[in-house]
Amino acid sequence: MAFGLKPLGRERIWLWGLLTPTLIGLVFGTIGSLLATLLLSFFEWDLIRPPKLIGFDNYVALFTNESYFRSFKNTIIFAAMYVPGVLVISLLVAVLMNRKIRGVSIFRTVYFLPAVTSAVATALVWNMIYGKDTGILNIFLESIGLNPVCWLCRDNAMLSVVIVNVWGAIGEGMIIFLAGLTAIPREYYEAATVDGANRAQQFFRITIPLITPSIFFQALISAINAFQAYDYIYMLTRRGQGDSTVPVAVFSIYRNAFNFFKMGVASAQAIQLAVLVAIFMGLLLIFERRFVVYE
Amino acid sequence: MKGKLAQQRIMDLLTYALLGIGALTMLVPFLWMVSVSFRLPANQFSRNLIPDPFTVQNYLEIWDNLPDRAFPFLTFNSFKISGLIMIGQILTCAMGAFVFAVVKFRGRNFLFALLLATMMIPSQVSLIPNFILFKYLGLIGTQWPLILPAFWGGAFGTFLLRQYFLTIPRELVDAARMDGASLWDIFWRVYMPLSKPALATLAIFSFKDAWNDLLHPLVYLPTDMHKTTLTVGLAFFQQQLQMGGKFTVLMAGAFLSILPLLVVFFIAQRQFIEGIALTGIKR
Repeated sequence: MAFGLKPLGRERIWLWGLLTPTLIGLVFGTIGSLLATLLLSFFEWDLIRPPKLIGFDNYVALFTNESYFRSFKNTIIFAAMYVPGVLVISLLVAVLMNRKIRGVSIFRTVYFLPAVTSAVATALVWNMIYGKDTGILNIFLESIGLNPVCWLCRDNAMLSVVIVNVWGAIGEGMIIFLAGLTAIPREYYEAATVDGANRAQQFFRITIPLITPSIFFQALISAINAFQAYDYIYMLTRRGQGDSTVPVAVFSIYRNAFNFFKMGVASAQAIQLAVLVAIFMGLLLIFERRFVVYE
Repeated sequence: MKGKLAQQRIMDLLTYALLGIGALTMLVPFLWMVSVSFRLPANQFSRNLIPDPFTVQNYLEIWDNLPDRAFPFLTFNSFKISGLIMIGQILTCAMGAFVFAVVKFRGRNFLFALLLATMMIPSQVSLIPNFILFKYLGLIGTQWPLILPAFWGGAFGTFLLRQYFLTIPRELVDAARMDGASLWDIFWRVYMPLSKPALATLAIFSFKDAWNDLLHPLVYLPTDMHKTTLTVGLAFFQQQLQMGGKFTVLMAGAFLSILPLLVVFFIAQRQFIEGIALTGIKR
C-alpha cells in the first residue's frame, strides 16, 4: 500500500498550491498543447487572417506534397539506423567495461563527454572532420590507401549525420546498460561455467535475457530522441531558408510553422510525428510483453 | 590452470584494445577542437595535433572582435537563462514530486500516470501552441518563453525527485507531524534538505539542457547577438567565420562554449552518471 500523508483541513490549500505548477504544465505545456495542436491541424491559419476550417487537408498534404513526404521518410530511415546503432554499440561498450579491468572510470568519463557538451559546439568540429579536401577523416582514409569520401554531400549526408548522432548518444546508453549489467548476480555465470557453457552461450543465454529491461528502456529513449533529432542535422546539413540536405520531419514542421507560417500544416505534421512515435512505442510494448524479463 | 590465466590476459588485452579505439573516437573531436583553437589561421588545416606556433590570439579575437562585441553578451545570456531555468525546474519539480511521493489525495495515481505519459509526447507538439500563446502575450522576441515553461514542472524532473523522495523514511514525516509541522514545513524543512544529491542531479541536467538548447532559442529569440544564447550565437557565427576562413576562431568559440559544462562535469561526475542510471533502472 502506497504511503500517504493525509492533508488536514485547511492544508488542502497547500496540497493544490504545491501541485499548481505541475497542473499549469499539463494544461499549457503538454496535454493542453496536444489538444490545441490537434485542433489547429484541421484549420488553415497564417496567424494573420482568421483561421479557416479545412478538414483533413493538412493530413492529406503529407502524402501529396513530395517534400513533406520525403522529410518523414528521412526521419524513419534515420531512426532505423540510429536506434540499432546506439543499442548495439553502447551495449558492447558496457559489456567491455563490466569486465572489471583497471582504468574503467577513465574510459567512462571519456565516453560520456559528448553527452555533456553541446551538439552545436561538437558539430562545428565534425564539420571540419568531414571536410572533403581538408578534413582529417579523408586524410586518414587516404593515408591507408582508400578514396576520399564527400561525407556531407547528398548521397552520404544521412549516414554521416547518423554516425555523429550515435557518437553523441553512446555515453548515456552505456550508463543505462552498465546499471543493468552490474545488477546480474555473479553466481549465474559461475554456475553456467560449472555446467560447461562457453562465453558466447553465457552472453546470449544469461546476459541478454537479464538485461532486456535495460534494452527496452534504452530503445524507448533512443526512439524518442531519433524522432526529434535536430541539432546535429541542423548544424551539419543546413542550407538557406531553414532547408537541409537531410530534411527530417522536425525540419519540415519548423519551416512550415516559423518560416512559412502554415500553422495548420505544421500542426498536422506534429500530430503525424506523434503518431509515428506512438506506433513505435506500441511495437516496443509488444516486444516487451514477449521478451522482457522482470525479476 | 596456466592456459586459463593466459586466456584471461588475452581477453583483457582485447578489451583494452577495443575500448581504446572507442575512446579515441570519442576524444579526437575534442582534441581537434582544442588543437585548432590554438593555431594561427594559416595552419588551420595542418595535420599536426600540436599547434606550431602556439597562439591564444583566437580566444582574444572571439571575445573582443566579433561584431557588436557579441561573445560576452552571449555568454551572459546563456548563464542567465540556464540559471533561471535550473531554479524553476528544481523548485516546481520538487513541489510536484513531494505531493506525488508523500501526500495522499484522490486522483493521485491518475495524475501521476498522466504526467509520465507526457514524456512520450514529442516536444514539437507543444512548440506550435506555445508559440501562439506567447505571441498573444506579446513575449516573442524576449527571453520569457524560454524561462517561464521551466516554472511549470516537468515529467522528467518530477519523476526523478519522486523516486528519491520515496526513499526518505516515513518516520521522519510522522515525527514532524507530531511536532505540528504543516505540509509546507515537511516539504521545505524535511524533504528538501535531505534530498540534496537528487536536487543536484536535476540542477545539472536542467542547466545542461538549457545551455545546449538550440531549437527553442531559435524559435523564440531574434537573431540579435545581445539577446540570444551562446549556442545559437555559435551556430550563427559558423557561417560567417567559415566563409572568412577562420576555423581557428570558431573552434576557440566552441571550446569556450563547452568549458562551463566540462568544469561542472569533472566536479560532479557522479551526479551526472547516477542521474542517468537512476532514471533507467526501474519505473
